[in-house]
Amino acid sequence: MTRLCARCLLALGLWGVVVFAAAQGLVSVPALSARVIDQTATLDAASLNALEAKLAAFEQSNGSQVVVLMVPTTAPEDIADFTQRVGDAWKIGRADVGDGALFVIAKDDRRLRIATAKALEGAIPDLMARRILDSAVTPALRQGDYAGGINAGVDQILARIRGEELPLPNASAAQRAASSSDFEWTDALIFLVFAVPMLSGLLRGMFGNKLGTVFTGLGAGALAWVLTAVAWVAIGAGLLGMLAALFMQFLPAASLGGGSGRGGRGGGWNGGMGGGMGGGGFGGGRGGGGFSSGGGGNFGGGGASGGW
Amino acid sequence: MNGPPAIGGFMHTSLRSPVARLVTWLAALLMSIGLTGCGYNDFQRLDEQTQSAWSEVLNQYQRRADLIPNIVATVKGEANFEQETLTRVIEARSRATGIQVTPETLNDPAAMQRFQAAQGELGSALSRLMVVVEQYPNLKANQGFSDLRVQLEGTENRITVARNRYIQTVQQYNVLSRSFPSNLTAMVFGYKPKANFQVANEAAISAPPAVDFKKP
Repeated sequence: MTRLCARCLLALGLWGVVVFAAAQGLVSVPALSARVIDQTATLDAASLNALEAKLAAFEQSNGSQVVVLMVPTTAPEDIADFTQRVGDAWKIGRADVGDGALFVIAKDDRRLRIATAKALEGAIPDLMARRILDSAVTPALRQGDYAGGINAGVDQILARIRGEELPLPNASAAQRAASSSDFEWTDALIFLVFAVPMLSGLLRGMFGNKLGTVFTGLGAGALAWVLTAVAWVAIGAGLLGMLAALFMQFLPAASLGGGSGRGGRGGGWNGGMGGGMGGGGFGGGRGGGGFSSGGGGNFGGGGASGGW
Repeated sequence: MNGPPAIGGFMHTSLRSPVARLVTWLAALLMSIGLTGCGYNDFQRLDEQTQSAWSEVLNQYQRRADLIPNIVATVKGEANFEQETLTRVIEARSRATGIQVTPETLNDPAAMQRFQAAQGELGSALSRLMVVVEQYPNLKANQGFSDLRVQLEGTENRITVARNRYIQTVQQYNVLSRSFPSNLTAMVFGYKPKANFQVANEAAISAPPAVDFKKP
């Protein structure tokens, strides 16, 4: 419920930003369709593909996401404000690390900017971003060599990120799997302790003692299967659930009013936990497949602007 | 089972019937959802978010204040630099850092305004300094000084972002505390709308700039 509210609020906020931007005649944030987006048609196909391949290979090996965006102009905004809006909209960078960097070139304004997400502010401090722009990029841009300048800038950015001790993609995935399975273990335990008695009470009430017991076992097993996806855990949980249900039959069915009160509180717990897990699954599912933003990049205004 | 016959008998039958029992469970579930639906948890979440957004604002202001002594030292190295601009920066910095900021400041509009005024003054003194520096070619060519300028620029950007995020979070909080039905929760627990940033020198901004092309 609250999660839903937060989503609605967020959506409303984003919508507000979009409307606000349109009303002010600001340049709209382009869709994140590739790692290199050239809206000025300056770069030829070969250099575009080479850059794209380089950035893709870097993300494969190191995990960090770097995106190059070339626009004609950012007017009426300053390039820093525009880049900030793009960063806030795209949030590039892995979800658990938040390592993203943006390289924006406003061709007709003759301005450019490197913006770093907070996780990369240490790898590329503002001064370093400025030096990359001044030493590698702007000399080539002054000659009109856009492909060469951007390429050199990207090389420097990647080199700086490589020097930083960030978690590698595989290691972080393994770590995440380990930590999430730990989390589910405790969750499953809590779930079984609280949910099985309630479930069995409900099912036995509805289907009678024998059928209810069987259903409780099946339900607990299915739940454990969904949570852990390990067959023997699921079977074990099913058996345990059935045992618990059997055991509960022999408890005196007294204090019925108290029992339902306890069940009510348990129901609240139950809903909250299910919601939390659904959210986790949703967040995790978005990261995979093709190129999309990891969604973890938090752009706090770091980076430097330059011009030529 | 052997309790008062009327009530005991009623509970007995109603809870034994599966449909009635299901209804009881659903009612309990709905009630517990309703309790979280009144916005109490949202208030806690947004309150915590405002606190951390505010800490980020303070953090970036502090970063700027820490940068100023270096800038002042570098500028002082330039012979016959305009003293008045420099003194204004130093004084504004000591005023801004002299204000004690506590979490309670967030709920005190007057203190908030004092703090903002001091930081705004420091910001304008600094930008004035950066304009004056343009007249000193030696300073502009000084690598150390241009490095400091890049850092100052980055810090100003970060301040802007942090302030924006704070403003948005406070807006969410205030909307929640004033709209129905969560305003009832706010009333019960005494949550007040929080003070937001205002433009420090509204009058100065709305006045048209005086342009003077005469040589000094």
